[in-house]
Amino acid sequence: MKADPKGVLTGAHFIDGDHACSEGALSAGCRFVAGYPITPSTEVVERIAERFPFVGGIFIQMEDEIASSIAIQGAVWGGKKAMTVTSGPGFSLMMEHIGYAAMTETPCVFVDVQRAGPSTGLPTQPAQGDMMQARWGSHGDYGIIAITPNSPQECFDLTIKAFNLSEQYRVPVMFMMDECVGHMTERVIIPPADQIEIYPRRFYQGPKEEYLPFGVNGDMVPWMVKAGDGYHVHVTGLTHDERGYPSMTVNTQGKLVRRLVDKIRLNADKIADYEEDQVEGAEVVVVTYGITSRTSIPAIEQARKEGVKVGHLRMKIVWPFPEKRIRKLAEKVEAFVVPEINFGQIVLEVERTVQGKACVESVPHGGGTVHNPGDIFKVIKKCAKG
Amino acid sequence: MPEELYEIDQSIPVNTVEQYLRMERMPHIWCPGCGIGTTVNCFAHALETSELDLQKVAIVSGIGCTGRVAGYINLDSFHTTHGRAIPFATGLKLANPELKVVVYSGDGDLTAIGGNHFIHAARRNLDMTVILINNFIYGMTGGQVAPTTPLTATATTTPYGNFEQPFNLPYLAESCGAVYVARWTSYHVRHVAKAIKEALGKKGFSFVEILAPCPTLYSRRNKLGDGLDQMIYYKENSEIKNNVDTKTVSLDFQGKIVVGKFVDVERPTYLDAMNEYYQKKFGEKYIPYKG
Repeated sequence: MKADPKGVLTGAHFIDGDHACSEGALSAGCRFVAGYPITPSTEVVERIAERFPFVGGIFIQMEDEIASSIAIQGAVWGGKKAMTVTSGPGFSLMMEHIGYAAMTETPCVFVDVQRAGPSTGLPTQPAQGDMMQARWGSHGDYGIIAITPNSPQECFDLTIKAFNLSEQYRVPVMFMMDECVGHMTERVIIPPADQIEIYPRRFYQGPKEEYLPFGVNGDMVPWMVKAGDGYHVHVTGLTHDERGYPSMTVNTQGKLVRRLVDKIRLNADKIADYEEDQVEGAEVVVVTYGITSRTSIPAIEQARKEGVKVGHLRMKIVWPFPEKRIRKLAEKVEAFVVPEINFGQIVLEVERTVQGKACVESVPHGGGTVHNPGDIFKVIKKCAKG
Repeated sequence: MPEELYEIDQSIPVNTVEQYLRMERMPHIWCPGCGIGTTVNCFAHALETSELDLQKVAIVSGIGCTGRVAGYINLDSFHTTHGRAIPFATGLKLANPELKVVVYSGDGDLTAIGGNHFIHAARRNLDMTVILINNFIYGMTGGQVAPTTPLTATATTTPYGNFEQPFNLPYLAESCGAVYVARWTSYHVRHVAKAIKEALGKKGFSFVEILAPCPTLYSRRNKLGDGLDQMIYYKENSEIKNNVDTKTVSLDFQGKIVVGKFVDVERPTYLDAMNEYYQKKFGEKYIPYKG
C-alpha cells in the first residue's frame, strides 16, 4: 500500500537527521508518539509536536520514558502506528517495555539517538555504545531488528523501513541513530506519497470463534486485531498460549519463545540490509554502521591509494546480524576492521561469525566525537601487512 | 414424575455475571476469603447496568493479585507490566477515544511503582476509570509492606511493624485532579457496583478505591482472622460520609473507615482541552482529533 499523502512533506529539504526521522515517521503513517525530552533526540519529538495537530496525530509528552515506552503500545492496540524517541539514559529505562513489545508482538518503533555513556555520560556528544543493549537489553530471549542510518536522508528512508519491518514481523524495531547523524544537516528528498511503500498492519478479519490471537500457520507472525473490534482479545506479558491466555508450562514457554526468536533469526537473510564497496577481491574489509561508516571512507580511500585492497561493508541493519555474508567473506579476506564509537561491541559479533577464519581488529573509540580517519587507516595498514 | 418437569428454561440466565467473565479460565487464582473476586462481581454488575457497548470497553491491569483481573474479564483486556497499566491505558484511550478504558489494579501497582503515572493521569484528566483494590499489602509476592500499609501493621518487610506514613488515596486522587473519587469496601457490594457504574459514566479521570481483605497475608500476619472477620470489621467500622473533605479520610490500623462518594465534579478531559485549545488557536485549519 502507498503512504497517506496527508503526512508526506514531498520535496527537497535541508534538515537534520532528527527532523528527517520525524518526517519518516509521518510518512510511514505514525500517528501516535509518546516521549520524554532528552538530548540529543528531542528535536524529533519537537517536530512531531509541531506537525501532528494538522495530520490527525497525537503527541503526548509523558512523565518519563517508562510511561512513553508503554503508552505507544497501548496506542498500537488502539489501532495506531506509534513510536517513542530517546537517548541512552531513557533507552535504559525503556528496556522492560522492549521486552513487553517483543512478548506481546506489538509492532512499534524505539528511536535511540545515541550519546556517550554510561549513565548521564556526554549528553550532547556522539557514541555508538547502545548497540548490544538494543539487542539484549530486556531480560529473557527475544528477537528484534535494529537499524543504523548514516545520513539525514537515511533517517527519513529507514524510519519508514523501521515501521514497515515492525508491522511485517510484529516486533519492536530499534532505530539506532547517533548524535552526529541526528544533528547533521543535509539535503533530504521526500518523494511523493505514491512512491512510498507502506506495509499495512496484518489485521485479522475472520470469524471471532476461529481467531487465535497468537496462533500462527505458515509464517511465524500472528494476525492482529485492535481493541474495539469485538474480538475481546487478551494480551499479557506472561508466557501465553495461542489464545493469549497465561500458561505456565515448559511446553508453552518453549514454543512461544522459540517462535519469538526464530521469526527474526530464520528471516535474517530476508531482513539483512547492507551496502558493499569493492569487497570482492579485498584483502581487508572494513565493517561499519552509522556515522562511523562516513569517518571510515577517508581511511579506506587513503589505504587504496597506498595499494591496499580494501573493501567496505556498511550495515544499515545491524540486528539481525548479516552473519551469512560476513561468514562467506571470511573465507576470502585476510582481515576485518571494525571501527565503532564504543570499546568493542559489534566487533564481537564479527569475531563470532568469522570463527577464526580471518583476523578481526577493533578500532575502539570512547565517544564524545567521531574517529580520526587516521586511526582507522593505521589499523587497515597493519592488517594489510598481515 | 414426568421428565419434562426437570427441563431447564434456557432463556433464564443461570448467573448473569458469567457472560462478563472468561469462564474457560476458571478457577481463578485468588485465595479463599480474598476480596478481589467480590469486586469483580460488582464490576460485572456495573457493566450490566451501565448499558455500555461491551465491544467498546477495554480493561487494563498491571501486575499483582488484582493485576490478574484483566485476564478474567471478557472484554478487550490487557495485562501489562508492573505499575504501567495507566500509561498503557493512556495510549489506548488516545489512539481510540471511542473506547471506555478501565484500569483495574492493586494499591502497590498503582501507587508505588505506578504512582508517578497515577498522579499525571489525574492531572491531565485522562478519560479513564481507575479501580484500585487496596488490600494494604503486596499479596502476590508474599506480603510485603505497601504505600498503603497502615502504621504499625506487620508485613514481611516490616517484621516489627510499619513506621512509614501510608497514602490517603482519595486525597491524593482529588488533589491531582480526579473528577470522581469514591471509597468503599468489598463488604459494600451494592455501593461498589453503583460507584463503578457512576465512574464509568463519568468523563475524565474517575477513581474508585475498594478495600478488600487479604486473609492469606495481611490478616493472618496481623492476627485479624479470616476473610469473614475482615468483612465484619468493614461492616462495623465503616462510616458513610459522602462529600466529606478527602483530607479527613486517611486510614488507621483497624480504625474507622470513612467510605462514600467524595468528589464528583466536571473538568475538561485531556482530549477536550486539546481540541478546544487548538480550535481556538488555529480555527478551521485544525480538524478536531477523534482518533
